[in-house]
Amino acid sequence: MDIHEYQAKEILSGYGVKIAEGGMAYSPEEAVQRARDIGGHIWAVKAQVHSGARGKAGGIKICKTHDEVEAAAEALLGKRLVTHQTGPAGKVCGRLYIEAGTDIAKELYFCFLVDRSSERIVMVGSAQGGMEIEELAENNPEAITKIYIEPAVGLRDFQAREMAFALGLDPELMSHAVKTIRGCYRALRDLDVSMLEINPLVVTRSNELVALDAKMGFDDNALFRQQKISELRDKTQEDPREMAAADRGLSYVGLDGDIGCMINGAGLAMATMDMIKLAGGEPANFLDVGGGASAERTEKAFRLVLADKNVKAMLVNIFAGINRCDWIAEGVVEAVRKIDMKIPLIVRLSGTNVEEGRRIIAESGLPIITAETLAEAAEKAVQARNEAVAKEAAQGA
Amino acid sequence: MAILIDETTRIIVQGFTGKIGSFHAQDMINYGSNVVGGITPGKGGQIHLGLPVFNTVKEAVQQVGAEASIIFVPPAFAADSIMEAADAGIKYCVAITDGIPTQDMMTVKNFLRRFPVGQRMILTGPNCAGTISPGRAMLGIMPGHIYMKGNVGIVGRSGTLGYEAADQMKRLGIGISTSVGIGGDPINGSSHRDILEKFEADSETKVIVMIGEIGGPQEVEAGIFAQQHMSKPVVAYIAGLTAPEGRRMGHAGAIISSAGESAAEKVALLKELGVTICPTPAAMGETVAAVLARM
Repeated sequence: MDIHEYQAKEILSGYGVKIAEGGMAYSPEEAVQRARDIGGHIWAVKAQVHSGARGKAGGIKICKTHDEVEAAAEALLGKRLVTHQTGPAGKVCGRLYIEAGTDIAKELYFCFLVDRSSERIVMVGSAQGGMEIEELAENNPEAITKIYIEPAVGLRDFQAREMAFALGLDPELMSHAVKTIRGCYRALRDLDVSMLEINPLVVTRSNELVALDAKMGFDDNALFRQQKISELRDKTQEDPREMAAADRGLSYVGLDGDIGCMINGAGLAMATMDMIKLAGGEPANFLDVGGGASAERTEKAFRLVLADKNVKAMLVNIFAGINRCDWIAEGVVEAVRKIDMKIPLIVRLSGTNVEEGRRIIAESGLPIITAETLAEAAEKAVQARNEAVAKEAAQGA
Repeated sequence: MAILIDETTRIIVQGFTGKIGSFHAQDMINYGSNVVGGITPGKGGQIHLGLPVFNTVKEAVQQVGAEASIIFVPPAFAADSIMEAADAGIKYCVAITDGIPTQDMMTVKNFLRRFPVGQRMILTGPNCAGTISPGRAMLGIMPGHIYMKGNVGIVGRSGTLGYEAADQMKRLGIGISTSVGIGGDPINGSSHRDILEKFEADSETKVIVMIGEIGGPQEVEAGIFAQQHMSKPVVAYIAGLTAPEGRRMGHAGAIISSAGESAAEKVALLKELGVTICPTPAAMGETVAAVLARM
C-alpha cells in the first residue's frame, strides 16, 4: 500500500526527520490560506498523487505570489497526472500540499528498501539527487552507495555515518544526518515499511538537512497490525475494479486487452494470460479466484470481469486441487444464468472430479465452449474473441 | 530416493486441530504420508484424527520422533511457529500460510542462519502448496492423484501452475521424483537454487523443471548455479510475459520492480546460461519429453 507525500512527511517528522513547513489543501482558497499561514514569499504547490516523477509531469508548481498559488491550485486540482509510474490512465489529483520554498544548496538521493537477494533491508544513497535512481543506476552506478542492515542488530551509527559521508555531507551536519537516517530506519521497522524514498534529500543554504519529498510503501501482509497506516489508504488513487476485487477477497489487476480471465492460482493465471498472448490475443485482466471458489465467489468474479466493457470473450481456467471441478462447474453455470452473459465463454477444467465437472457444463444447455488443455483453451478464446469482433464490425457496417 | 520427504518421514502438523489443518492432515494421511501427530498449544494430550496432539513441537520431537512439519497457522503467528519448529530440531518444514509479513520472514531467515549448516532446518514456503514425492509421501495441499511417480523433479513458486506441469507430464507418461513448491512471497525459506542443488544430488531425478515467475532474482541465480554446478538438464518456464511493470500479480513477490525481473529478461538470461526454455506454458510436458528423449 502506498501513501501520499504529506502523509509520509508527517510520519517521518515524528521520527525526527526535518521537513519544510507545509499544509494540506482541497481547494484553491484553502491553498492560499495555507500559503498565508506558512508566510514567506515562495511556495511549492504539490499535487498529491501516488506516483514519483510528479515534477516532470507538471504536478509541482513553484509560486511567488498568493495569486500564483491560487492559479496553480486551480490548475492541479481535479487534473489527471500521467507519469511513467501511473501508466497511461494517470491518477487524479484531489489533494494539494502547500509547502514553504526551500533554499537548496545540494540535492541528494536516499532510500531504504527490502533487498530480496540478501533478504535484508538495504540503505541506498547517492550524492547525485533529484534524478530517479533507475536513471542513476544506469548512467552512473558507481555514484550509488548501498549498505545492508543485519536484522538482528539493526542499523548502527557507523553505518549511518558511512552513508552520510558517502552523501558528501559536512562533518558539522553529521549528528543531524545520523539522527535523520536512524529515524527513517525506526519508522521502517515500526511500521512495516517496504520502501521509503527521500528524493531529493536536500542540504539548504543555511546548512540544514531537509526531506523535500518523501515516498513510503507498506507491506500489505502486515497491514493487519498497522491499523493507523491502513487508515491512510486513499482509495481515489487505486483502480476501482482492483479495490472492489480486494473487498471481495479476489486478486484482480486490470489490463488493456479484451479477453477476460478467471483462474485459480496466481502462477496459473499469469501462465494462462501468457498463453492468450501467444495465441494472438490480449488479456483484459489478471484474476485469481483462489482456493475456495464457491458459487457465490464465482458469480462475483464473473461480474467483476464483465464490468470491464472492453471484454469481448471470457476464459475460465481452473485446475482443481482442494476445489472440485463439479463445484466450479455448478458455480459457472449458475453465474452465467444469473448474469445473462452476452459474450462467448470458454471453460477449461482440470484436476479433481473433472469428468463430473465437464458433464455439468455439457448438460447445462448453455452455449459454453469447453477445452481440455491450456493451449486449446487459449486458442478457442482468441478465436471466439475474433469472431465476436468481426460480428460487431459487420453489425456496425 | 526423491528429495526432502519419503514414506518413512515422520510428519507433524502445526495448527493440527483447526479446520484447514484437520482437512489437509486427513488428506495427507489418506495419501499414505507418515503423519505421527500434531501441535495445537493448549490441546496437548488430546487425540485428533486418531493421532496425539502436543502443546509444543519439542514434545512431538521427543515423544514421536517428528522430523518434518507442515504449518497451517494464521499469518500473524506463522513466523513464530516456523521458528519453534527450527528450535525443536525439525529437519524439514513446509509453511503453507499465505500473508506472512516480510519483516517476520526476515527475522525467520536470520534465526535459521544461527544454526550451523547440517543442523539448520530446511524451510520451503511460505505461501506454497507444499512438497510431494509421488507414491511415497505428501506434505502439502495438492491433489495427490495428479502426480505420477518418476524421474523428473519440479520446483516452482505457484501451486496450480505446478499441477498443470505435473498433469502435462502425466499425459505423456512422465512421472515426478519430487515436486517442491517454494511459494510466491518475496522472502521465502528455500530458493529455486537451493532446491536445484538437492535434485542434483538425488540419484533418482534425471531432469528438473523450474517454474518461475516475474519479480526477484531467484530464477537467474538458479540458472547460474545450474550452469556452474549441475550435470542434469534444467527446463524452465517463467510466467508473466503479459505482466505490466510495478503491478503485483497476485503473489506478494510477483512484481517487476527492477531491471532483470520481467519474464522476457529472465528467459533471455536463462537461455544464455544453458537452461532449456519452454516456449509456452502449454509446452512444459513436451519440452521435458524432448529433453528426456535426448538422454
